[in-house]
Parts: sequence; C-alpha cells; structure tokens
Amino acid sequence: MPDSTSTSGTRHDEAVRALASVPRVPGAPKPDPILVVDGVKRSFGGLTAVDVQHVEIQRGAITALVGPNGAGKTTFFNLLTGFDTPDTGQWLFDGKDLAGMPAYKVARLGMIRTFQLTKALSKMTVIDNMRLGAKNQIGERMIPAILGLWKSQEVAVTEKADELLARFKLFEKRADFAGSLSGGQRKLLEMARALMTDPTMVMLDEPMAGVNPALTQSLLEHIKDLREQGMTVLFVEHDMDVVRDISDWVIVMAQGSVIAEGPPDEVMRDEAVITAYLGGHHDKALTASGVSYTEEASQ
Amino acid sequence: MDWSYILAVMVTSAFGLQAIVFGLAAIGINIQFGYTGLLNFGQAAFMAVGGYSVAVVVVEFGWSFWVGVPIGIIAAILLALLLGIPTLRLRADYLAIVTIAAAEIIRLILRSVTFKELFGGSDGRQAFADGFFALSPYPDDAAISIGPAVINDQQLWTYTVGWLLVALALLITWLLVRSPWGRVVKGIREDEDAVRSLGKNVFAYKMQALVLGGVFGALAGFITAIGAQNVNPDVFKTDATFFAYAILILGGAARVFGPLLGTIIFWAVFQGTDVFLREGIDAGLPIISLMDGTQAAVLRVMLVGLGIMLLMIYRPQGILGDRRELALDAR
Amino acid sequence: MHRRILAVLGVLFATFVALVAMASPAAAEGQAVGGKLENRVEGVKTPVAGVEIAVVGDGFQGTATSDADGVWRVELPALGNYDVTINVETLPEGVALTEEDKVTIEQVPVKPPLFGGLKTVTFPLGQSTATTTSLWEQTAQLTVSGLQFGLLIALGALGLSIIYGTTGLVNFAHGEIITFGALATWTLNAGFGLPFIVAAIGGLLLSAAFGWLNNAALWRPLRKRGTGLIAMMIVSIGLAIFLRNLYQFFAGAEKKSYTEFAGMAGLSLGPVSITPTDIAVIIISLVALIATVLVLSKSRLGKATRAVSDNPSLAAGAGINVERVITFVWVIGAALAGLGGILLGFTQQVSFQMGFQILLLVFAAVTLGGLGTISGAIFGSLVVGLFIQLTTLIIPTELKNVGALLVLIIILLVRPYGLLGRRERVG
Repeated sequence: MPDSTSTSGTRHDEAVRALASVPRVPGAPKPDPILVVDGVKRSFGGLTAVDVQHVEIQRGAITALVGPNGAGKTTFFNLLTGFDTPDTGQWLFDGKDLAGMPAYKVARLGMIRTFQLTKALSKMTVIDNMRLGAKNQIGERMIPAILGLWKSQEVAVTEKADELLARFKLFEKRADFAGSLSGGQRKLLEMARALMTDPTMVMLDEPMAGVNPALTQSLLEHIKDLREQGMTVLFVEHDMDVVRDISDWVIVMAQGSVIAEGPPDEVMRDEAVITAYLGGHHDKALTASGVSYTEEASQ
Repeated sequence: MDWSYILAVMVTSAFGLQAIVFGLAAIGINIQFGYTGLLNFGQAAFMAVGGYSVAVVVVEFGWSFWVGVPIGIIAAILLALLLGIPTLRLRADYLAIVTIAAAEIIRLILRSVTFKELFGGSDGRQAFADGFFALSPYPDDAAISIGPAVINDQQLWTYTVGWLLVALALLITWLLVRSPWGRVVKGIREDEDAVRSLGKNVFAYKMQALVLGGVFGALAGFITAIGAQNVNPDVFKTDATFFAYAILILGGAARVFGPLLGTIIFWAVFQGTDVFLREGIDAGLPIISLMDGTQAAVLRVMLVGLGIMLLMIYRPQGILGDRRELALDAR
Repeated sequence: MHRRILAVLGVLFATFVALVAMASPAAAEGQAVGGKLENRVEGVKTPVAGVEIAVVGDGFQGTATSDADGVWRVELPALGNYDVTINVETLPEGVALTEEDKVTIEQVPVKPPLFGGLKTVTFPLGQSTATTTSLWEQTAQLTVSGLQFGLLIALGALGLSIIYGTTGLVNFAHGEIITFGALATWTLNAGFGLPFIVAAIGGLLLSAAFGWLNNAALWRPLRKRGTGLIAMMIVSIGLAIFLRNLYQFFAGAEKKSYTEFAGMAGLSLGPVSITPTDIAVIIISLVALIATVLVLSKSRLGKATRAVSDNPSLAAGAGINVERVITFVWVIGAALAGLGGILLGFTQQVSFQMGFQILLLVFAAVTLGGLGTISGAIFGSLVVGLFIQLTTLIIPTELKNVGALLVLIIILLVRPYGLLGRRERVG
C-alpha cells in the first residue's frame, strides 16, 4: 500500500502534475476526465437551482466542489448520481451516458455517493451495513436466498467487510447497531460501506459535517487514501482549510453555475470567488437564501 | 356461565379456520410492512382474488378446483404488479391510499349486479370445494371433540392443509429474512435512498415483497373460501385487512413468528370475548346484560380498534418484537 | 394558488346564484300546479296526452288536459293547499295508475315559490313515474349533483389536507369526524327535539370541539412522545375502527333522517330538478369553503398555518407557536368535516358508516390535488364529485365509485405528486 499518511502521496503528485497545465477557467477541459457534464439544468418552480454549462472532473484526483449556501452543490450531486432528474443536460461517466439512468444503476457503474445527513442504517448492525454494500450478491436474489445458496459468498463478503472495518477503526463496533455510533463514526461507516462496492469514483457530500474535531484528521486521511488507491473523489465542503489540505483541484459554484476552477490556493484568491462568498451573497441574498431554504426543507 | 364452553371456544378459535386465514394474511403483511416497510392496506383484495379464483373457476367454468389455485396465485401476482407500478416509487402514504382504494374497487366489482353472472353479486359463490375434499385422507366419520366443539373430517382436512401452508409461509419468511435479500429489504424499510446509493434496485425489491405478501394473502383467500364453503364480497372488507394488521402488531412485526403468535392470541380472545358477552347477557350479569347480541358483536370490534391504538402507542413491537430494530416509527 | 381556487369557487357561487335568479322571474307570473304525465313500461317512457287533471282547494276549481308532451298545468289564484286529482277514465287504454291510492293527491302545499312558481305533482303511470330526460338534461342534472357531491367531499378533504400539511398525519379517522357531525346533529334534532337549524349549529360546534379533543387528548401527546408518522397513521386506523363501532353500538346500524326538510319536492331550474335542501347544501358548502380559504390566506393564524405547512421547524424558529396553529387546524378541519357530515345527512342519510364510506373519495380527492395543498384539495374534490356523477351516463351507478378510484390510481401513474402538487426532492 502506498504511503497513505503523508499529505502528498504519489497519486497526489501525479494529479497535480496532470492538472498543472489546465486553464483556470470554468469548464476547463482536463487531460483525463472521468466525468464530463454538459448543460445540466434543474429548476424548482421557476427557481433555477443548477445550471452547469460544462465541467470536467479529472480521473484519479480529489476535486472539491465549493460554494456559498444554496449554490446548488447538493442538487448537482443528486442530479449526477441519479437521485434527481435534470430538466435538460447530459453527462458521461467513463464514457457512459448517465442521463436518465436510475440511481442504483449509476452506483453499479462505480459512481458511489454519500449523503450530507449520514445514511448509516441505524437499525442494522455495523457489519450488516457493510455487507449490504457488497455487489453481485447471489443471496440478494429471492430464489437463491430461499434455497440458501449464499452461504459461501457471505463468508467472503464478511471477510472483506471486516478488513475495511479494521482499516476504518470500526472493527470493535461490528456487532453494534449503527445507531449507537457517533456522528463521525457514522461518516466513517458510510464511507467504508461505499468502498464495499469497489467504486471508481466516490462522491462525498460534506464528509466533515457534524464530525467532531478528533475524528476530522482521520477522515481526511481516509479520503486521501481513496485517491492513493486509484479512485476519483469529488466532494462538497464548506471548510476552506479542509479543501486546501486535501484537494488537487477546486470547482466553485454560485447560484447554480460553475464560476471558477483551479488549484485550491489560486481559486481562493479569485476575485469572482471572493465576491460570491462575500458581496454576492448579500447582493443576491434573496435567490441564494431561497434555494438554500428549499434544500433544507427537503432534508 | 359455562366457563368450560368459553374455554373450548377459545381453544378451537385459536387453532381454527380464522386463525389460519388471518395468520397467512398477517405473514404476508409482515413481509411487506414488517420487513420492507410497505403499507399494503389492501390485503383483503389479495384474499378476495384467491378466494374468488377457486370459486369462479369451479362454479362458472366447471373446471377443477386445482385449476383455480394457480389462477388465484397468478391473479394475486398481477394485482400486486398493478398496484405496485404506480405507487412503489411514491411515499409510503400513497401506497396505503392506493391499496385501500384498490381493495374497495375489487369488492364493489365483486358485489355488483353488473358482474353478478360471474361473481354472484352480494350472495357470492358456494359449493366449489369438492375437488379439495376429494383428496382428504381422513375417513368420513373422523371427528375430534374439544369440549363441546366437534371438528369433522372436512374441517380436519382444511385445518391440516391450512396449518401446513402457514408453516410453509413461515419457513419461506424465515429463510428470506436471514438472507442477504432480507438485509436489503430491511435497509429499504429504514432508508431506501441509502440502499439505492449502494446499487440495489429498490423498486424491484419492493415489488418482490409486495408480490410475495400478496400471494400469501391469496393463500389466505383459498383457505377462507374452502373452510366457509362460500365466498362473498363482505368477507373481504377493509376491516379484514386491519384485523390482519392488528394480529401482526400484537404478535410482533418484523419477527418471523409474530403473526403466528398474534393470530392464535387474537382469535382466542376475540371469539372468547364474544362467547363471554353472550353468556353474560343470557346469565343477566350486571352491565353486560344491558347490551343485546348485536351490541356485543360490535363491542368486540370496537375493542380491536382500541387494541390497535394502545399497542401502537405503548408497545409497537408487540409481544415478540425488538423495539430497537422495529422501524415502525421511521419515515 | 389560493386566488385561483377562490376564483373557481366564486364563479361557481355566482353561476349558481345567477341560475337561481334567472329562474326567479317566472315566479312573478303567479303560482301554478303542473306536471308531466308519462307512461313507463320496462324503462321506455312515453308521454300520455289527453288526460284530465282537476285541482280543487280554497274555493277554487280548475282543470287541465295533458298535451302531446304529457304536460299539464293549472294556474292558481292564491297560495294554499290544493287537492289534485287525475281522471283515470281519461287514461288511454293500457295505461294505468300504478299506485291506486294516488288518484287524488291531497293537500298539496303551494308555498311562496323559489323558482318558477310551479309546484310539480306527478302521478305514477305505467310502471314508474320516473321522467324521461334527454342526454343534455341528464348531463345538466348530473353536473349539478356532481358539483354538490364534490363540494361535500371538499369539506372533508380540506380538513384532511390542512391537518396533513401541518402535522404530516394521514388521518384515517377523518371519516369518523364527518359521521360525528351528522350523528350529533341527528341526536340533537331527533333525540332532543331541537329544531334542525339549532341542532345543526350544535352539531357544528360539537364537531369543532371533537376535533380539538382529538388533537388534545391523542395526537398532541403522541407528537410529544415523538411517535412516527406511520405509527400515527396506524393509530388513526385503530381510532377509526373504535369510533365507527362506538357509533354503531349506541346509534345502531339503521339509516336515520332529520325530522325536518325530508323528502321535499323538486323544483325545476332550467333542465335541472333540484330540491330547496339541495340548494341550501350547495350554498352553505360554497360559503364555508370560501370563508375557510379566505381565513387561511388572509388571517394571521391562516398565514401561520401555511408557514407551518411549508416548514414546521422554520416556522417555529420564526416565532410561530406551532402547537397553537395545529390546534387551530384541528378545530377548523373538524368543523368543516362535521359540516360535511351534517349536509351529507340530507343527500344521503345519517348512519354510523357514512363517513367511512366517503373517506376513500376524500382521499382520492386529496391525492388527486396533491397531499397537503389547500386549493388542490378543493379542486380534486370537485373533479371527483363531477367524475362520479357524470360517469353514470356510461357506467352502472353501482360502479360509479370504482371509476373515481381507478382514476386516482391512473393519475398517480402519470403525475405521482397529484395534479397540483410539487415534485419532492431527495438529499
């Protein structure tokens, strides 16, 4: 396993090198995009929540999606992963068109998401949460389930789950109900469970929200670890320190559109970004708060 | 007041026809509601589909009783598909409303004059179970006496097959819920988006649960049709569905043996109360004798309603359930 | 949104009043007794011409002969009671009076006319007295009765919908509140001998109090315990079964009528025959609905209600007393449902399961309009009411509810969030 504890793993360097020549403009083409989004638009009763002209996500890099409250980040996530349907638009994941594809098929293709409000299944044990993540289980089909043809596969699934639990320091909790875990542990469980599906791209919606500071560092390391294992990460985050710490590339959204792109340090100096976070927030307070209001309402 | 008579009624009811019928219906609801979180409020319709299939096939078409059985099962599957397709993508309460509406649609059609030639209107259909009794291994004079109650050979055969079906349904439930399939549906019960995000086809699982539970409902319909030698639309009112819910909640939802325990206790108490009240009226007991027989019958249904409320409020996990696991309070 | 549904209700109200007013001038022509003689044999109706009818009373004596359409009419000098006699001798061959005691209909009251000044008297000829009507007349008649039924459904649906909107509860015991209104009124009217109007006001107030009690004694404590919505839905089913059987326990299973206003003769309003009670039912329910929508959209409490419906935690954060709003909603919702029941007691009769029987149609209406929306509930109700009545032109009357419930399922296939509802979001 590559050095997963240092800030700059080998894959990090690779990603930085690959992205170095990418122009710092919204919608900039990437050398090796895993996800290409075109003209995705979604409005709620006349209010445009997302209107992304073009955006590309570099394979094998950690890309942060930032923006003020109500910028449409979560809605954008929902659209990309099939949890919501855009009014128009298309997007290719690994060359496959995902438009109109139901969420479970998107997940099967290897694009796995987590949720802002953690969806650890609290009335199931930790180990069952993990097992649920495994793909292609024969015992998940009705007839083989009744005939008990799943026993040997279950052993393998459990082994894999236990390995991941150990890595995420949850092994001690494997028999507990997930509901008994702390907020941070649930985030870890959700991430570990996502890894049970062997994803190629992991979409994390505010992975640090509600996590106590003691666990933050460990979570960050796990995210970097994903990259080192060759996965692509796209994550939504508010905390700029976190963004600066772990991301190779940052995409800024405001009022539903991508307004800036670039490496973390450069983006945070960008005039448009500062305006979006400070001035713009006041100028366009009505729209922005309107959108965030509906977002909260749907939680 | 004849206590031995009351006791005998309680025992025969606990293991009698109604206990089997509603046990099967409740096992179906357990799969749908208990494990998957689907509010099927139309179980009565699945029972009706089963019962009328065997009746109509024999009475109207003159075919064998045993042709009616697969037809009933297929009809129940079709009904589940029909109800599931528009509603399983929607919130839980929509499924509840649509299934209860569908059950009422079916009941109104069954009792209508328009379709009387097929379904027999409000009289229903009688005398169709000969094919079933022909296979009875019991001699004609076989009989079991429990106190003053006597069970004849036909009843004995019905009960045997009925309890075998209950056992089969319980076995299937048990095998399923401990499998990865059971894990997925329990996940759906708590948070279907979480399960969806892991690449599971939530809609397909809900549909499977609805179909399987509906087929168990159809089995309940077969047994009630055979046992009563009669089907009529009023047997399949919405109250039938809610009795099955009461039984499930009493025994314990999301527990394999919850419906079994529930149906035994429910029918012992329900019929026991009835006899007790009637005996009390005849014996001129204070307060009780102020009622008449109809009121006594109404009173015990009233108590079922009260029982559902109190159970849901104070012990939603029923007798066997585990409150921590039970997702009844989830949304 | 509310403006649109207010406009719909307003137009209905205006149209209805205009129809009544348009019909009124005929009243100035004076009073008359009249009717249409028809022979009905196995459902086929033919007008009977040339039959003599005599009208006697208060020193007045007049006769008329039915024309080619079977229509006869006798102008009267004054209001009062008249005996109307058919001369059976003049009936053509093969036509007979099916009820022999109906040769003379005694003491027909001719009161100040609401419409047209014509008091209709019918004689049962052939096998039935049912009048032939053209398709257009049937459609008009069914439209009016459909609107009336829709308005009654709306009274139940509006309450169900705002309770759902503010608390998330799908109340399966809402039908029992409808029954409560009717039974309470019937008890005060037939049991305690109060005049109907007084009894109805009493029934309305009791219904409101019953709604308050439902919330205070059951639902508020459950909300405080943090009981889940599905659990509460099942509790409401238990409550419905309990109440329905409680009603039957005390009131019995037979259908009951109020002591007044029963079996009033129909008046002709254009092609439509309508009784004064029907008119009253339509006007009262329209006024109640318009008033409720106005209260919900204009008053402070109404605005607070909508805020709570939109987002309870946000509303609470904005300083709105959510529990007070919910209490208000229960009282209003139950009063409306009770009123629906009281009025339904006219069009149908009063029975322990009247509310239960209409509940599914109320659900259909609410689902059609989109759960939780005010205008959706009313709009959906009118659609369901009209649909149920108008489809009887094509399908047997006994299956009319089947059609409405089927449409509900089909609509959910096409527009899962109802006709006026909004799509929900995930995340």
